[in-house]
Amino acid sequence: MSDSNTAVTGNAVFDVEKIRKDFPILSQTVRGKPLIYLDNGATTHKPQRVIDRVSQFDAEEYGTVRRGAYKLCENATQLYEDARKKMADFMGAEKPGEIVFTSGTTQAINLVAHSFGKRFINKDDEIIISNIEHHANTVPWQVLCEERGAKLKVIPVDDTGELVMEEYEKLLSSKTRMVAVNHVSNALGTINPVKEITEKAHAVGAKVLIDGAQSTPHMKLNVQEIGCDFYTFSGHKMYAPSGIGGVYGKMDLWEEMPPYVTGGDMILQVTLEKTTYAKPPARFEAGTPPITQVIGLGEAIDYLNEIGMDNIAAYENSLLEYGTALLNDIEGVRIIGNAREKASLISFHIEGENPNDGHPHDVVSWLDQDGIACRGGHHCAQPTMIRYGLPATTRASMAFYNKTEELDALAESLRKGFPYGFVVL
Amino acid sequence: MSYDKELYQQVILDHNRKPRNFHEIEGASHSCHGVNPLCGDDITVYLNLDEDDVIKEVSFLGSGCAISKASTSLMTTFIKGKKVDSARKIKEEFHKMILGEMDPEKDEHSLGKLSLFMGIRDLPSRAKCATLAWHTLVGALDKKSEGISTE
Repeated sequence: MSDSNTAVTGNAVFDVEKIRKDFPILSQTVRGKPLIYLDNGATTHKPQRVIDRVSQFDAEEYGTVRRGAYKLCENATQLYEDARKKMADFMGAEKPGEIVFTSGTTQAINLVAHSFGKRFINKDDEIIISNIEHHANTVPWQVLCEERGAKLKVIPVDDTGELVMEEYEKLLSSKTRMVAVNHVSNALGTINPVKEITEKAHAVGAKVLIDGAQSTPHMKLNVQEIGCDFYTFSGHKMYAPSGIGGVYGKMDLWEEMPPYVTGGDMILQVTLEKTTYAKPPARFEAGTPPITQVIGLGEAIDYLNEIGMDNIAAYENSLLEYGTALLNDIEGVRIIGNAREKASLISFHIEGENPNDGHPHDVVSWLDQDGIACRGGHHCAQPTMIRYGLPATTRASMAFYNKTEELDALAESLRKGFPYGFVVL
Repeated sequence: MSYDKELYQQVILDHNRKPRNFHEIEGASHSCHGVNPLCGDDITVYLNLDEDDVIKEVSFLGSGCAISKASTSLMTTFIKGKKVDSARKIKEEFHKMILGEMDPEKDEHSLGKLSLFMGIRDLPSRAKCATLAWHTLVGALDKKSEGISTE
């Protein structure tokens, strides 16, 4: 099936074998079998050049940022701000200063929920999320609503995994202050119509946060075209180190928002009586940031840009189509989430000989025996699982370094598991 | 008992498909609800003790993976008729086996057929699936009305 691995994208041919050489971890074996890594929705691996850049920075260039008038510090500050510019360009932001670095999407959403909430959310206001959100885009809003006496409304999802837009429109009103939805569902793979969601929210005067943890690594982005007010990302899901992520926000909103975490670096002036705050983005980046990780993020962005996000999206879509056809062909495998627009992620449920067979945790252990890394669980999206009447699913999430042979191996391992009820000991 | 992976897998499969003592005991003297929050295994263990602290009846209900369900099913068959002290001792031994601190192929033990779970020591992410039953049993014996969680 090697022909399917060289999807023609634009004028370039996508050569997955060449790409795979960039990722040293992919050449290892697990339990004596080649590693087949299909948990990219959880976290992605690092290309050698990111590993090298981080190592070189720590060995030769490391210094603190934004304070100290000596060469190391000035250089590190420049590199840190260059990375912010790279991220801003990658997302299509207007200004680099609209990107606030955080430890990842979870902290990014907490930042917005706390800060925006403190400034703009009052009693009886309404916040809208969807039924297919990660807990990171559910719990912060629930907590905020409890604290402020606001109400949380939920956009329902249909059987295919698509948001019911007519119901969304009914939820919107002059009381709506914030609509927070993901661009891509981590549990189902659905790509949500974020531009349409944003336009409808703006029509009633609400602001919009898009959780981009699952979309940023898989598609060409333009936050200005989407029109959203906030857009979050996680570095470790886009081939960069863990511990770095952030959130794009429109500058006029950032300027109105109070700090979330306070301390060093986010101040203008501190006396024992009063503190005035720095301008964004510094206002929201208290303390010494994860400097090395930011440099690694910048390198990952360069790498992704060189391959081209359109090429990545086209190749990953070919993997999705291949994997979907393969799994649909196995009796006893039911794909959960069949939205018309999907990212390269397949969630599925096993319907074996006996209804007790094929619990996702058993399936994942089974696949692990064949060196295949998949996720089994509720994917931090329990309300989504409840919607589909399942405690958990098994999920194969693909990256552009995956190949069709790996999906063949997944299908083969699954077929082999049915007679054993996927029990591993 | 020598390690026979295929046979043990079949035992677990059988207990998963046909869990023993899978019902509620109405008016049980002891019961406890146990969960593995990170993976969603969810069981309730019911017990009736007699005046001599002998486990006269034991049963369970719940949902989860094959390991958690088979472990609970096998536990109920194994501890029925045993004294509470003995059941607690077995729980300790079982736990040590799962952690790899006791090797049932070398060390003396009273786990009998429960030793078939020894393979879990090589699957650390599944340890809580295997031990949830026993933590919940102890929760029931200790009358932990709030339930137990492995996290």
